[in-house]
Amino acid sequence: MQAPKTETKQPLLSVRNLGVAYKTAQGPVHAVSNISFDLAENEVFGIAGESGCGKSTLIRSLLRLLPDSATVSADACLYRGQDLMGLPDARFRKDILWSEISLVPQSAMASFNPVYRVGDQIIESIRAHKSVSKAEARERCKALFDVVGLEAGLLDSFPHEFSGGMRQRAMIAMALSLDPGLIVMDEPTTGLDVLVQERILRRIREIRSEIKSSIILITHDIAVIAEMSDRIAIMYGGEFMEQASAVDLFEQPYHPYTLGLKNAFPSIRNIGAELISIPGSPPTLIGPLQSCPFAPRCPFAVAACRSANPEIVGLEGGQHQVRCVRHADAVGFREQAKEKAVWQF
Amino acid sequence: MSANAMSRSLRKLGLGLKEHYGIIATNKLSLLGFWIIVLFTLVAAFAPWIAPHEPWEMLFDSKGEFAALRAPSWEFPFGTTHLGYDLYSQLVLATRTTLLIGATSGFISIIIGANIGLIAGYYGGKVDEVLMRLTDILYGMPFLPFIIILIALFGRKLEFVILAIVLIIWRTSARVIRAQTIAIKQRQFIAMARARGASDLRIIYVHILPNVLPLLLLYAAFNIAWSIITEASASFLGFGDGETISWGGMLYELWLSGKTRVAWWWFATPSVCIILLVTSLVFVSRAYEEVANPRLRKR
Amino acid sequence: MAILELANLSRHFEIRPGLLDRAFKGKASSYIKAVQGLNVTVEDNEILGIAGESGCGKSTTCTMISALMEPSDGDIRFKGRSILGLKGKALKDYRRSVQMIFQDPYESLNPRFRIADIVAEGPRALGLWRGEELDRRVHAILSAVGLPPAKYAERFPHELSGGERQRVGIASALIMEPEMIIADEPLSMLDVSIRAGILDLMRDMQAQKGFASIYVSHDLSILGNVADRILIMYLGQAMEVGPAREVILNPKHPYTKALIGAVPVPDPRSRRAVPNVRGDLSKPIDPPPGCRFAPRCPHADESCKTKFIALDTQDPQKHQAACHKLAEIGHG
Ligand SMILES: Nc1ncnc2c1ncn2[C@@H]1O[C@H](COP(=O)(O)OP(=O)(O)OP(=O)(O)O)[C@@H](O)[C@H]1O
Ligand SMILES: Nc1ncnc2c1ncn2[C@@H]1O[C@H](COP(=O)(O)OP(=O)(O)OP(=O)(O)O)[C@@H](O)[C@H]1O
Ligand SMILES: [Mg+2]
Ligand SMILES: [Mg+2]
Repeated sequence: MQAPKTETKQPLLSVRNLGVAYKTAQGPVHAVSNISFDLAENEVFGIAGESGCGKSTLIRSLLRLLPDSATVSADACLYRGQDLMGLPDARFRKDILWSEISLVPQSAMASFNPVYRVGDQIIESIRAHKSVSKAEARERCKALFDVVGLEAGLLDSFPHEFSGGMRQRAMIAMALSLDPGLIVMDEPTTGLDVLVQERILRRIREIRSEIKSSIILITHDIAVIAEMSDRIAIMYGGEFMEQASAVDLFEQPYHPYTLGLKNAFPSIRNIGAELISIPGSPPTLIGPLQSCPFAPRCPFAVAACRSANPEIVGLEGGQHQVRCVRHADAVGFREQAKEKAVWQF
Repeated sequence: MSANAMSRSLRKLGLGLKEHYGIIATNKLSLLGFWIIVLFTLVAAFAPWIAPHEPWEMLFDSKGEFAALRAPSWEFPFGTTHLGYDLYSQLVLATRTTLLIGATSGFISIIIGANIGLIAGYYGGKVDEVLMRLTDILYGMPFLPFIIILIALFGRKLEFVILAIVLIIWRTSARVIRAQTIAIKQRQFIAMARARGASDLRIIYVHILPNVLPLLLLYAAFNIAWSIITEASASFLGFGDGETISWGGMLYELWLSGKTRVAWWWFATPSVCIILLVTSLVFVSRAYEEVANPRLRKR
Repeated sequence: MAILELANLSRHFEIRPGLLDRAFKGKASSYIKAVQGLNVTVEDNEILGIAGESGCGKSTTCTMISALMEPSDGDIRFKGRSILGLKGKALKDYRRSVQMIFQDPYESLNPRFRIADIVAEGPRALGLWRGEELDRRVHAILSAVGLPPAKYAERFPHELSGGERQRVGIASALIMEPEMIIADEPLSMLDVSIRAGILDLMRDMQAQKGFASIYVSHDLSILGNVADRILIMYLGQAMEVGPAREVILNPKHPYTKALIGAVPVPDPRSRRAVPNVRGDLSKPIDPPPGCRFAPRCPHADESCKTKFIALDTQDPQKHQAACHKLAEIGHG
C-alpha cells in the first residue's frame, strides 16, 4: 500500500490578494482588488455579481489575456503549487493555457476565426498541444459536438453559419477538448435554451467526474450557479463580498448584497410578482476604496461602513467568509430584506 | 476649426497622431526608422538652405585647383564628381526630389488602391469583377519596362514619372484592401450600421475604412518605398527627369562618367541613402503589420 | 391592428459540401431550413416574446424583419405594406421605424468607434439631429441605460464588460425613437437588477411614445413578465403561440411543456427534473417534412412525421399549438 500523497490536500489553484487596474483617461480603474480564494481539485467554484463588477477581468488576469493597459498584482497565484505569475509568457502559453486551464470566454460567440471551418479550428487547437493524427482529432471533435448537442455534420460549417448559441456550444466543446485540469467558463449559457442548457450542464458534470477537472463558473443565472456549484463567491465592486458553500450561501446568507441579489431573481413559479431590485448604481472604481463599496446602496449601512473598507471575517469555522461589519446582525436582515420598502430608503 | 476639434475629428478617422506614435514606439526598429524618415524629411524641406552649392556647379578647391573626383574631405564631405560637382549638395537636393516623388506617388497610389479595393470588396458582383480584372491586367505587366515605356511616351518630366509609377503601383494595395474589406463587411457591426440606416458610402468610408486603416498605412509605406526604388531604377536607366537631380540620377551620371570603379564615394552616397530610407519605411510598416494582422502579435 | 405581419415566412440556407467532396464523391448540397412557414403578427403597442431551442431560427427571423436578409419565401408586412424589395427613401424610412438590437454584443459594436459615436451613429446616418441636440440625447440615453457618459462616452468597446456592451447596443437602438424594436436577447449578459432597470426604461418609453416590440429570450420567467404574447419555436417551425401567462402557466405543446419543465430553480438542494423528451440531439440539416419535434416527442406517431399544422393569425389572442395530439395529451 502506498502512503496517501500529501498533495491531495493542496488546492489546485490558490490565489492571494489579486488586484487588477486598468489605465484610463480618467485615472486607474481598480476593476479587481483583494481577491483571495482556494480551488480544490474536482470542485466547481461559482462567481456571481453585477454586470461590470470585474468577474471577467479576474479570470482573464489568471489566464494572462488582459490588454496592455492592465496591471496585475498578486501576493500569490499558484496552480498545482507552480507560480503562474512568474512563468515566462511562452511557457505559459505552451504548458498552461488550453492544455491545463481552458477558457470559454464571454465573447464565445465572436471567438472563432471567420474564415476557417469550425471543426478545423478545434482540430488545430487539439493538434497544437497533443500529437494525434488529424483523423483522431476529428473523432474527438465529433464526440465533443455530441456532448454539446451539435450535429457532427456541422463541423464543416463556417462560424457565420452557426447561430449564437451554437457558436457558444462549439466554444464549450473546444474548452473540453484537451481534458484540462481547470475549465474556466465565463457566462457559458447566455445563448442557450433551458433544455440544451440542462443537457450540457449534465454532460459537463459527468465529464468532470470522469477526468477530475475543476471548474470556475461565472454566470448571472442564479439558478444555474446554484445547480452547478460546490462553492460560490458573490462579487461586488471588484471584491468578493461573501464566499461559502452553495448551500450555506443560499440558506444562510450574511451579506446584504447577497440578500438583494437573491430577491431580484424572477421565478417562473410566480409570474407577474413584482421584483425587488437594488436601486442605485455600481461604484466607479476610480481610485482606491475608502469605504465598503456597497455602502451607498445598502439599507443596513452604518457609519462604520463608510469610514473604512471592512476586512474579511471567517464565520462557521472559517468556511463562510463575509466582508461586512454587520455580519452579526445578518439573521435579522434576512427577513427585512424581503420587503421592497427596505431597499428604497 | 480649433486645434482641439481638429484633433478630435482626426482621431475619429483613426488618424490621431498620439495613437500612431504609440503604435510605432512599441517597436525599437520602427522608432529608429521613424526618426530617420523625419531626418530625411527635414533635409528635404530645407535642402536649398543646407546645400552649399548648386547641383551642377563646377567647383575649385581652396587652392584654386579644379576639384574633380575628390574623395571625401573636410572641404567636400561626400567628395566630388569627375566634373567637379559637390556630391553633398547633390545628395541634399536630390533628397527633395526623391522624397517628393516617393511621397506623392505613394499617397496617390494608396488613395486609388484603397478606393478600388474598398468599392470592389464592398459591392462584390459585377463591380468587383470589372475592377479586379483591371488589376489582373496590371499584374500581367512587367513592372520596370512598363514604366519606362510610359515615361518615354509621356516625356521625361517629374509629373510624368510620378504618373507612370502611380498607374502601376496601386495594384497590390487594391488587392489586399479588397480582401480585408470582404472580411470586414461580413462582421456584424456592419449589419448593425446598416440596420441603423447608414448608406453604402457611409458604411464604406465611416465604418470599414477605419478598420482597414492599419493595413492601408502599411501599404502606404510600402508604396512609398517602392516608388523610391522605381524612380531610382528609372533614373538610373536614364528615364528620370533630366532637369532635377535625384538619387537614381546621381547613379546614372556615375555610370555615364565611366568612373564606377574609381569613385567609390560617388557610388556609396546615393546608394546608402536609398537603402536607409527604404529600410526605414519597411521598419515603420512593420509596426503597422502587427496592428493590421493581430496573429503576429506576441499574445 | 397588426403593425407587423409575417405570412408564411421561410428562410433556407444551402450547405455546400467541400470542393473535393462535390467533385469526386458527387455529394449534393444539403439544406438548413432555418425558418419554415412562420405565421405570426405583432399588434400595435404589443410585446411579442419569442423563445425556443438554440438554433431554431429566432435570429434569422429578426434579421429578415430588419431587412438585412431576404426571405426565401413568404412575406413581411409592416403597417400593411410589404417590406420586400424596399429601396431608397422608403427603405430609409423603414430603417428609421424599425430598430434591431443584436444578439452578440462582442461582434456588433464597431471596434474603432467610441461609445458615444456608436450610439450617435443612427441619428447621424439618417440626419435626425446634430450638434448639441445630438450630444444631449446621446448623454441622456447613456445615463438611462446605466452608463454614466462621463465615464463611458469616450471609451472603446474593448474597454467595456459584456453587460456594458449590451447596454450600448440597447442605447443605440432606443435613441432612434423607433416604432418597433426587434430585440434579440438584449439582456442575456445583465444581472437581474440592471435588467429590471432597463425593462422599466423600455416600459416608460413605450408608455410615452408607444412602440411595438419583438423580444427574443431564453429566459422564460423574463418573457412571462414583459411579453404580452409568446411564440415558441422549434427548428424553424412555430410550435405554440398565445398570451404570455397562458403559454407559461398552461402550456399545450409537448415541446413547450418540456421547456417550461426544465427551467431551473435557484436552490442548490434541488435537481432539475430530467425532461420528458426522447433523444437529445436536434438535427437542423435536411429536416423531414411534418412536425420537426416528432422524433423527440413522447406522444408522436407516424402521422406526425408527415403532416404539419401551420398556426393561423385570425385571432391574435387565441392560444394555439401546432400539434395533432392535443386531445390525447390533454392537460395531464
Ligand atoms: N480595457 C479596459 N479599460 C478600462 N476599463 C475596463 C477595461 N476592461 C474592463 N474595464 C472595466 O472594468 C470593469 C470590470 O469589467 P469586467 O469585464 O471584468 O466585468 P464583468 O464582471 O465581467 O461584467 P459583465 O458581467 O458585464 O461581463 C468594468 O467596469 C469595465 O468597464
Ligand atoms: N448564414 C447562414 N448560413 C447557413 N446556415 C445558417 C446561417 N445563418 C443561420 N444558419 C442556420 O440557421 C439556423 C437558425 O439560426 P439562428 O441564428 O436564426 O438561430 P437562433 O434561433 O437565433 O439560435 P440562438 O438562440 O442559438 O441564437 C441554425 O441552424 C444555423 O446553423
Ligand atoms: Mg464579463
Ligand atoms: Mg440567435
